Amino acid sequence: MDTNPSLRPGQQSRLKRMLSNQRTVALLALIVLFLFFCLAGDNFASYTTFMSILDSSYYIGFLAMGVTFVIMTGGIDLSCGTVMVCCALISGQLIKNGFPVAPCLVLCIILGGLFGFLNGFMVSVMKLPAFIATLGTMMISRGLGSIITATASVTFPSRRSPDGAFRSIFKMISPDLPTGGLPTGLVLFLALAVIMGLVLGKTKPGRYITALGSNKEATRLSGINIVKWETLAYVLSGLFAGLAGISYAATYSTLLPGTGNGFELDAIAGTVIGGTSLSGGIGSISGTIIGVFIMSVLKTGLPFVGLQPHYQLLFTGIVLVIAVFVDVMNRQRQKT
Amino acid sequence: MADPILVMQGISKAFAGVPALTDVGFDLQAGEVHALMGENGAGKYTLMKILTGIYTRDAGTILLNGKPVTFENPREAQEAGIVIVHQELNLMPHLTVAQNIFIGREPMRGRFIDDQQMIQDSRKLFDLLNIDINPADTMGNLTVGRQQMAEIAKAISTDARIIVFDEPTAALTEKETDELFKIIADLRSKGIGIIYISHRMDEIKRITDRVTVMRDGEYVGTLITTDSTKDDIIKMMVGRVVFETPKTHSTVPADAPVVLKVEGLKAGRMVKDVSFELRRGEILGVAGLMGAGRTEMARAIFGADRRDAGDIYVNGKKLRGTTPKDAVDAGISYLSEDRKRFGVMVEMDVTENTTLATLEDYVSGPFINNTKERHTVRTYISQLKIKTPSERQQVRKLSGGNQQKIVIAKWLVKNSQILIFDEPTRGIDVGAKAEIYELMNKLVHEGKSILMISSELTEILRMSDRVMVMCEGRKTAEFSIEEANQENIMHAATMRN
Repeated sequence: MDTNPSLRPGQQSRLKRMLSNQRTVALLALIVLFLFFCLAGDNFASYTTFMSILDSSYYIGFLAMGVTFVIMTGGIDLSCGTVMVCCALISGQLIKNGFPVAPCLVLCIILGGLFGFLNGFMVSVMKLPAFIATLGTMMISRGLGSIITATASVTFPSRRSPDGAFRSIFKMISPDLPTGGLPTGLVLFLALAVIMGLVLGKTKPGRYITALGSNKEATRLSGINIVKWETLAYVLSGLFAGLAGISYAATYSTLLPGTGNGFELDAIAGTVIGGTSLSGGIGSISGTIIGVFIMSVLKTGLPFVGLQPHYQLLFTGIVLVIAVFVDVMNRQRQKT
Repeated sequence: MADPILVMQGISKAFAGVPALTDVGFDLQAGEVHALMGENGAGKYTLMKILTGIYTRDAGTILLNGKPVTFENPREAQEAGIVIVHQELNLMPHLTVAQNIFIGREPMRGRFIDDQQMIQDSRKLFDLLNIDINPADTMGNLTVGRQQMAEIAKAISTDARIIVFDEPTAALTEKETDELFKIIADLRSKGIGIIYISHRMDEIKRITDRVTVMRDGEYVGTLITTDSTKDDIIKMMVGRVVFETPKTHSTVPADAPVVLKVEGLKAGRMVKDVSFELRRGEILGVAGLMGAGRTEMARAIFGADRRDAGDIYVNGKKLRGTTPKDAVDAGISYLSEDRKRFGVMVEMDVTENTTLATLEDYVSGPFINNTKERHTVRTYISQLKIKTPSERQQVRKLSGGNQQKIVIAKWLVKNSQILIFDEPTRGIDVGAKAEIYELMNKLVHEGKSILMISSELTEILRMSDRVMVMCEGRKTAEFSIEEANQENIMHAATMRN
């Protein structure tokens, strides 16, 4: 490149620089959307609405946190949605058969990790394209869930039973409180988001995952074990799919075998809206969280302005395309 | 002199208020090869991008055959007969050569593409240019040199009157370069004007009629090639004289310990039998033609590619592992010839690139210690004179020379004792080149050892203490620097079995 305007600091306005960061744009969009629904929607600004925004954010949010790591490597994980359902189905089935709850929930997360390891192995050792490898795992996990449950739905223990105590991790319901409950899940969710954000931005694994997404060969030739770190990204995605399974079960109680398709796309969409590049090397957990909230605010808010929830798909699609377009434009501008 | 076919006058261009070109002039005769030279950042590409309609100019005029023109996009420039053959070729590797040439203007028979016609037309075109390529071959199966010739043929087929060549020989073998020059001479005799961008002084002397030099976005001057020396041109480019004098004798003591010993190395189809020793404090130059297997040898030593046979000893100890990690742990580092693909992470910043191989040293507890990292990186930025606004600058935005220095810094931080430098100055401007030479001398002075692969004989003769020559995957000769000269190296480089 012959000329380089960005080499000289200070000549670009602060605002312009902020707007060239997709994450900032996404955050502004989230605030605007939220204010819009608060003003335009009747009763949108209520505790119940905020709770339902959170409820629908947790599982997609967990999936998205994990999948961000995979996308950072330049890969993709199409299996996380069905893996989430499969893990929840298996652990739910075990609980139904009388196994204690706590170990079954731990198992749910471990199973997710194993699926993630399978993906990582196929991608980084067997060198399969990530799209194909995780498409395979998507079908395998979906089929496995159906086989193990004999296609019957699985219902997790209700709040009233002592086995349902795990639900309070995500939402505490108590008549003693003025709001009738506490969004405990938000604490867990944000804590994990902060931790994973630090892992991605401030630790060795995060740095290596970013590096190999940016240039895999150069990373390998720097003496770094890329098989290990690439696999780790998929394992993280799997572990978070397992956790997402628990949060889904806690919120919605009943899981149906054969479902889960489409959740991975929501997670990927949230990640991309938040500024993570599908070609790897660029992204952040905070961006992903913003992206996920944009989607759940849309989903929850649209009925308040008289549109059915399925309009969410339409609008999410539009937001996704605009977000990526902004990113592409910025990058082209940087290149010239 | 006849009227020029192209005149660019007073061209100025600024990006976001920062001037990239200031009042630049350039003219081209029909049937002339006119070199455009300058260090990276001098504005050559910006000028060419304005000519070919990729950028619009802020001021100035372009006269094509005496008529003022303005191109809004590359297509308009192409229709006016101006094409550019890019360094990185724009090809569809899965289509045939003919399909590539006629892309976008396929001959039709009714509603269907007439592939036969296309192949016939391509063949006529190749005959005209004396190019030996089968138009029905798949483009991706051709060598880079052949692909480039196909690209030139494509340019000719659009009735180009002006062709811009951007570093055309960067990826060519000696033989392909000769063929290319023949074609360029042929185009010249047909009255086509050629603008030739290259850093290689020998080529400029060999094929161009005039040389225009740019510096810092400004026009410096134009020379008649035959009337000027290399030093004249370099002086104009850098504003100072850089002498390329060969080394006369080695300063490495004869009893210096061997730090790297390679025995009977075999790898893939390209490396058949290589053995050598590298001593402490020595620069061992590896000369040879493109395709001699030098890069492949380096990659096999480093563990980047599989080793089929042979042993490697580092400080007398056999290297057991086979991965780059094992080589790095043994104190070997590798500076790739293809910086963009194998060297830097362009999306990441200077710091992240520099500490990538040594990140363990910067981890305290679970986190990377950014202060410690910054401290080290700043030291190397000043030591290697890396031109960057800060240690947080994205590497994409730095020049090739500075990117190269960052890769070198990565290995210096690692404190590797054996450095394999593969074409360390490729695509780097003259000023940065001199700095890298200086750095290499300093490194061996400190007791490190360098295996330097280079395709520039002047570089080999200037830097090496000893020279080994490869041809077709084998070591064909080894010379002390006192014995080595251009003739005996070239002789050994073409010593085919």
